[in-house]
Amino acid sequence: MIAGRTTHHTPHTTHRKPKTENRKPHTDNRTLTPSPLNPFSTHHRVIGLWYLFSCLIWLGIGGLLALAIRWQLAWPWSNMPILGSWLFADSGGTITPEFYTVLFTMHASVMIFFVLIPILTGGFGNLLIPPMIGAKSLAFPQLTRIAFWLMWLAFGAMVLSFLTPARGAASGWTAYPPLSVFGGNFGTGDASGNRVAQAWWLVGILLTSVSSLLVAINHVTTILQMRALGMTMFRLPATVWAMLVTSIMQLLALPILILASVMQWTDISLGTGFFIPAEAAHSVAGGQVLLWQHLFWFYGHPAVYIMILPAMGMVSDILACFARKPLFGYHSMVWSNIAIASLGFIVWGHHMFVSGMNFTIAMSFMISTMLIALPSGVKVFNWIGTLWGGRLQLTTPMLLGVGFVSMFIIGGLSGVVMSVPPVDVVLHDTHYVVAHIHYVLFGSSVLGMFGAIYFWFPLMFGRLMSERLGKLHFLTTFIFLNGTFLPMHLLSRMPRRYADPYADSLAEFLPLNQWITWCAMGMAASQLIFLANFLWSLRFGILSQSNPWQSNGLEWSGVDSNAANDDNEPLEVFRWPYEYSSPDRESDFFPQWEKESDQPERNESPNGD
Amino acid sequence: MNRFWSILFAIVPLAAFVVLSMVCLKLVPLSTMGLPQPINAPGQSIDFLFRLVHGLCAGVLFFTSITIVWSLWQSRSAAGGTRRAAYIKSNLLLELAWTAIPGALLLWLAFYQMEVWSDTRLNQPTQIIGQETVAVPPLVLVKARQYGWEFHYAGADQQIKTADDVYIENLLVVPANRDVVLELESRDVIHSFFVPELRLKQDIVPGMSHRVWFNANPADQLEILCTELCGEGHYRMRARMRVVAPATFDSWLDAEARKNQPAEFQ
Repeated sequence: MIAGRTTHHTPHTTHRKPKTENRKPHTDNRTLTPSPLNPFSTHHRVIGLWYLFSCLIWLGIGGLLALAIRWQLAWPWSNMPILGSWLFADSGGTITPEFYTVLFTMHASVMIFFVLIPILTGGFGNLLIPPMIGAKSLAFPQLTRIAFWLMWLAFGAMVLSFLTPARGAASGWTAYPPLSVFGGNFGTGDASGNRVAQAWWLVGILLTSVSSLLVAINHVTTILQMRALGMTMFRLPATVWAMLVTSIMQLLALPILILASVMQWTDISLGTGFFIPAEAAHSVAGGQVLLWQHLFWFYGHPAVYIMILPAMGMVSDILACFARKPLFGYHSMVWSNIAIASLGFIVWGHHMFVSGMNFTIAMSFMISTMLIALPSGVKVFNWIGTLWGGRLQLTTPMLLGVGFVSMFIIGGLSGVVMSVPPVDVVLHDTHYVVAHIHYVLFGSSVLGMFGAIYFWFPLMFGRLMSERLGKLHFLTTFIFLNGTFLPMHLLSRMPRRYADPYADSLAEFLPLNQWITWCAMGMAASQLIFLANFLWSLRFGILSQSNPWQSNGLEWSGVDSNAANDDNEPLEVFRWPYEYSSPDRESDFFPQWEKESDQPERNESPNGD
Repeated sequence: MNRFWSILFAIVPLAAFVVLSMVCLKLVPLSTMGLPQPINAPGQSIDFLFRLVHGLCAGVLFFTSITIVWSLWQSRSAAGGTRRAAYIKSNLLLELAWTAIPGALLLWLAFYQMEVWSDTRLNQPTQIIGQETVAVPPLVLVKARQYGWEFHYAGADQQIKTADDVYIENLLVVPANRDVVLELESRDVIHSFFVPELRLKQDIVPGMSHRVWFNANPADQLEILCTELCGEGHYRMRARMRVVAPATFDSWLDAEARKNQPAEFQ
């Protein structure tokens, strides 16, 4: 398929003779950016790639943590193969209940703070925003670099947390006080290790937050100030709109997380009492336990959208390109981003329906939660509208894009179920919630992330990834992901975070959990296909033309953002990025950078292809 | 290949649709989704809501998934053919419809569920003493701690937090068909009181005092589960619960009071 398309592609590049003559052949110039392997570069593309590689490493770590959790849930207290004897030497190779708590805490922390948020904003944001808007670089190159290195410092803090005697923070990624502040078993002497681990965890969270804040400042400024000539706001691709809205959300939400984690850190390390009630033993002040939950979820709920909006944007672009159709309802797509972002700040209380928060105010959080389902629904319907009547090319990124939509529907609908407070009371803190969050964050965000890697791989490395391996990767991931997370909806009585639930009334759930673990192992194994494909394609992938997917996006113009410095020929944008299959044109796409006159009308064969 | 991928994308939503439809139409019990038979009236209303909202979602799931699958299926020959994709940018009427219809449904659902919410959470049961209607006083003070449950029953004075409280550990016995009010407090970190059969869950926040209530049918083998992470022993923090005939309850409490240990709270 690819080979056929590259021949088709040739006509339009030749039309751009005046630009290409002045430079080296553009198939090469993408590899000519300054020192592509220099992690101290300030170049957005280099740092973007470093983000990508780092986050993929962290994804592997987070995945292994998940496997350890699943191991314990399927075969509690049995020796874990391979890693067991190394990690759990003290306990004879089995996971201890203390370490099980660490496992799910670190799994969520790594996946949220070190994989999804940085890969979507720091990775794809840095890689895609400048070429998509026709900017030569990001607005603040130094911030680009500092933000990336803060991520590794943050990871260092997480490692330090792991190296404490407690072997890592153990109060969940939500870190609810007083458990997080007291650490471990209350009133006994063994809590200090946990407190140190938790303090380092907080330092890590603080550093990732500052890093994200710098990325957000950089992206907002770049998108608002550095667009190419003719790139109006409503000619921005959905990806850039999503990145812009995400960054604004981060700017508003992150200060709260930073503030809250500093407060919790001082509670642990300096003996303040922001979150410790006067009634508690060891209390020094009359703090509020629920204050943390309000502050945390005021950040935490927008964070969920921060982890999905960029993926939604990228999938929108992928779907339009491979359906060869304009993105359906572009304007409502843009406005639904803004609606999701605004409503996202007033729904945090739906995490707290059973927390002891005022029961009347739960009603207003219910209404705002239901309202946020509407713009999310608009997005789903618009994606379906984009697919409907399209001339679908089911490449790997397209399959992942359709998979994203399909999985987001399931994850979104279980969200609607839980927006009804009496129903949520039953489902709260059970595996039904685990199923919901994984449909949204794995089924959607991670599939979207993989789709984006397959789609923009040629832009990053000048080569295409193997379609055969890519489709196999998609197929196995899709099957095993559903095998893992769909049955979790049937565990709506099994509480989360139980190291060994299978006593008494919960004993019946053991076989289903073993099935889930088998599927989770299959899902993890499937990612080896991706790893092999990624590494193989870096070196041996088919060399790509400058616009292998015949996409309209400005990033495919073949004009290297740095080389554009020299030839004094600024990019100009002439239309929106979704001019696919226009009835006025012979070819089924019309890139943003092509002038009307670039391609002479050939009326004799209006449908020729 | 398009046919293959269409079928792949159809399997999961259709399987979910079939299971959800059977649950919602009561063809299979809710225990299919892990929920045991409820033993109180609000439990049944919550189950109705549970079925209702899952039914609505199953409908949306079916409709959207079928459209996606059909889009893939119909374009199976397009890739090699000469047909072009439709050039449609938007459709205002369609977009208004798919915003307004779900909006109206959700708004209706929001108001519809409020009665259940206020019954279970806002309107503490009352009783008539003489001429006055007063709130039913708490029968038991539940003290949650790492990793167990303490139950301090109101003694002869019918009041909790007094010297004649009766202390039982990890076993909650309550009278059937009577309004029972529990007061929940924590000794250390946040815990959560969850009885699946009552469809009742309440976090217990240190420094706060929570009240929950129910009026349950007799049931023997119930379990109280902690559903808020409270430390490494979180999974062990479970207690037994029995709902017995009021007469049985009274004699049981008398017997326990006779071997009463002094209550150890505060």
